[in-house]
Amino acid sequence: MATLNSNVPPGPLADKWRTYKSNLKLVNPANKRKYEVVIVGAGLAGASAAATLSELGYKVKCIVFHDSPRRAHSIAAQGGVNAAKNYQNDGDSVHRLFYDTLKGGDYRAREGNVHRLAEVSVNIIDQCVAQGVPFAREYGGLLANRSFGGAQVSRTFYARGQTGQQLLLGAYSALSKQVGAGAVELVTQHEMVDLVVVDGHARGVITRDLVTGKFHRHSGEAVILATGGYGNVFNLSTYARGSNTTAIWRAYKRGACFANPCYTQIHPTCIPVSGDYQSKLTLMSESLRNDGRIWVPKKAADCKKPPADIPEEDRDYFLERIYPSFGNLAPRDVSSRAAKRMCDEGRGVGDTGLGVYLDFAEAIQRYGKQVANRANLHNPSKEKILELGEAAVKERYGNLFDIYHEITNESAYKQPMRIYPAVHYTMGGLWVDYNLMSNVPGLFVLGEANFSDHGANRLGASALMQGLADGYFVVPYTIGNYLATVKPNSRPSTDAPEFKAAEENASSIVKRLLAAKGKEPVNYYHKKLGLIMWNHCGMARTKEGLEDGIKKIQALRTEFWANVNVPGSGDNMNQALERANRVADFIELGELMCRDALTREESCGGHFREEHQYPDGECKRDDVNYAHVAAWEFQGEGNTPLRNIEPLNYEFTKMSTRSYK
Amino acid sequence: MVAETSKNISVTIRVWRQPATDQPGKFVDYPAKDLNPNMSLLEMLDVVNDQLERIGEDPIAFAHDCREGICGTCSLVIDGKPHGPHHGVASCQTYMRSFEDNSIITIEPFRAKPFPVIKDLISDRSAFDKIQQAGGFISIRTGSAQDANATPIPKEVADLAMDAAQCIGCGACVAACKNASAMLFVSAKVSQLGLLPQGQPERDTRVLNMVAKMDELGFGSCTNQYECSAACPKLISHDFIARMNRDYIAASFRSAFKPTPAAGSGGGA
Repeated sequence: MATLNSNVPPGPLADKWRTYKSNLKLVNPANKRKYEVVIVGAGLAGASAAATLSELGYKVKCIVFHDSPRRAHSIAAQGGVNAAKNYQNDGDSVHRLFYDTLKGGDYRAREGNVHRLAEVSVNIIDQCVAQGVPFAREYGGLLANRSFGGAQVSRTFYARGQTGQQLLLGAYSALSKQVGAGAVELVTQHEMVDLVVVDGHARGVITRDLVTGKFHRHSGEAVILATGGYGNVFNLSTYARGSNTTAIWRAYKRGACFANPCYTQIHPTCIPVSGDYQSKLTLMSESLRNDGRIWVPKKAADCKKPPADIPEEDRDYFLERIYPSFGNLAPRDVSSRAAKRMCDEGRGVGDTGLGVYLDFAEAIQRYGKQVANRANLHNPSKEKILELGEAAVKERYGNLFDIYHEITNESAYKQPMRIYPAVHYTMGGLWVDYNLMSNVPGLFVLGEANFSDHGANRLGASALMQGLADGYFVVPYTIGNYLATVKPNSRPSTDAPEFKAAEENASSIVKRLLAAKGKEPVNYYHKKLGLIMWNHCGMARTKEGLEDGIKKIQALRTEFWANVNVPGSGDNMNQALERANRVADFIELGELMCRDALTREESCGGHFREEHQYPDGECKRDDVNYAHVAAWEFQGEGNTPLRNIEPLNYEFTKMSTRSYK
Repeated sequence: MVAETSKNISVTIRVWRQPATDQPGKFVDYPAKDLNPNMSLLEMLDVVNDQLERIGEDPIAFAHDCREGICGTCSLVIDGKPHGPHHGVASCQTYMRSFEDNSIITIEPFRAKPFPVIKDLISDRSAFDKIQQAGGFISIRTGSAQDANATPIPKEVADLAMDAAQCIGCGACVAACKNASAMLFVSAKVSQLGLLPQGQPERDTRVLNMVAKMDELGFGSCTNQYECSAACPKLISHDFIARMNRDYIAASFRSAFKPTPAAGSGGGA
């Protein structure tokens, strides 16, 4: 049984991190270069950690499966990054950001971690501006903000609809500076395929060179995984096609606990599925809900009519109706479920009936009049208002409207967007303590790959905040506390038996995949898995459904290994093999997710069990029995994993019913 | 709702197949039948690859990841044009409705001397990372930044910097240029950082070092054809090349007349 000590320091909430930082063990500057840190992943968390640790003087190796660190999927984040700057003077504070994030996570995250996140959020903005990130600005030259779901203040900083891109390129530039200076060794197109544990400590990784197919051994005094989330277990998601679980899954199989795997975020505003050929779903940023109004027809009979033919009184702006105080900016889990309920009632729109409208007509009118007033245009014509209003909306959301047009061939300036929820983020991940270290000493896990800060639901614009907080401002302190207990230059030789065994394990998986020579391509299995996960472990879950899902996944796993066809060999670039290697892990993870969802007999955040709801369809949490983290421990192939528990102790906040009404 | 407007189409794809960098390549034709016009070009390649894998043949290797036009991984020359027939989009944002029924679609990798083909449709663009490493940054240590609002930046300046910063590093500018010049790519980063107050201290060294690295890696020079901007999925303007040229000339003069620091001036007590 794993020991799960959160190591959250004692003391008042607001002082924990400050006091703790001052008391952490330090590594002497001249000794830092004698420690090598192996970092896997170069998204926001990985790149910021690699840059910062090497600035501190550690020897850093950064491994990515992409051809360049700038390709990591953080790049696709659209909306923004939260920070408690209170530049808008609208009553924001570190405490309010802390509280919103904790409540947004449905009281399933640690108080200490979340408070620290809110504290360092302000440093992130300073750092990024200093790096040359061109955030949106007001005419006076100061930084602009907008609002995101689950908050009643404007604290989201943004760079058009490409905030993730700009923050990632900032972190990438910091990493490039260190690579150029010879302080970071960058290893591209290498996929991590196993973790090496020596005497109970993480001491390296095995990678497969995706160009040559060769295995490589990397040794270090510590390992950091910043490999992102695992939402592609659903096949269709807003993730990049390459995003995968292999690094954290193989670490799980080496003893790292996997926490809350069932906490999945289904984002309410994505472009609906249109056909079975589809490879991914595209997000329409939550920022659109600042101005877009979400509705469905009141009468099911109206659903096939063109939206313009449905008069105002026959429209149901359901988020504004059900959640008047947050309206269209209700949190993601709440908004997604509301949209699903409308569609389940038969009031969904579009060919499939799985869609709701996101309408900008009112915003266009409002902005059009504002701009006309500012320009001293009196009695502007209807056409003029429309023209000015469309231009104003274009300035705010132009690139999103363009993406929508490319995919659907429709103009969202002229007719409402059709949107539907889609898998977007995973709050679960490898278990870490306050130091971001897993239960395997020396293994640190950052960003979406860990489980730490978002509880059962993540608020919009908080993923970028967490990735950069972990990499720039948390792990640079906490890793020193661990390394100070490790002898300098003590990393094992890559000839050690543990390295050999790990490489043999990874290579045996590749050999098995190539040997199957069955009848179906990898994608066939990925699609099947995705469908099982969506139907059984998606937006609404039941005991029977999950039990059935587990059986189906087990059968799929057997079929996959017997009948997958991976052409070619393992000694060159083989993309079918890359995919097969990842899908094999997704299948195993899918089973664990169902198991986690089955044993969590409550509804909270993104985890909705139909058995546990209030009459109005809202989540019914069970704080008496489930106010804990479930951290699953691998028990060997074929054995049921062990469900460890870390109780969540709320010292400063009252766990209340989460209401946005 | 586009699906109802048009019927399925069939095409032949003529694809560059090359097993490895040091081996010769050739075009191979594959049928792609009964395609929904709302399918993306990459999804069409997925379908063709599934068919190939089903019969145990090596699937067509192509680079892709986010499939929403922002990661810069996809890099196809489609019917002779980097990123295909549409203006201002990446290969992944090209849809089958852009092609005629029964047409032949030729698909090649981005080609340039500094971008050697790794396999089939994938070329090695690590040269771009090397240019970034030569100077595409502001040297600011983590934790030493001042308050973000301490230096106001006029909105117009921030917006122009953002126009340049949108570059996704895909390399279409190089693939489109007859000289295989990387000037648009380099100028986008030089301009973004050179426009902002934070980028001033290293403005000269940045442009000199990035241009020197670009030359060293074998990229050609700009002869003002502007094919780069035309192919750019983010429509980055060639005006930034002019801006970089100005910066480069000024920086060259300044560096030529800069007093060299006395030997041994570093260190200290």
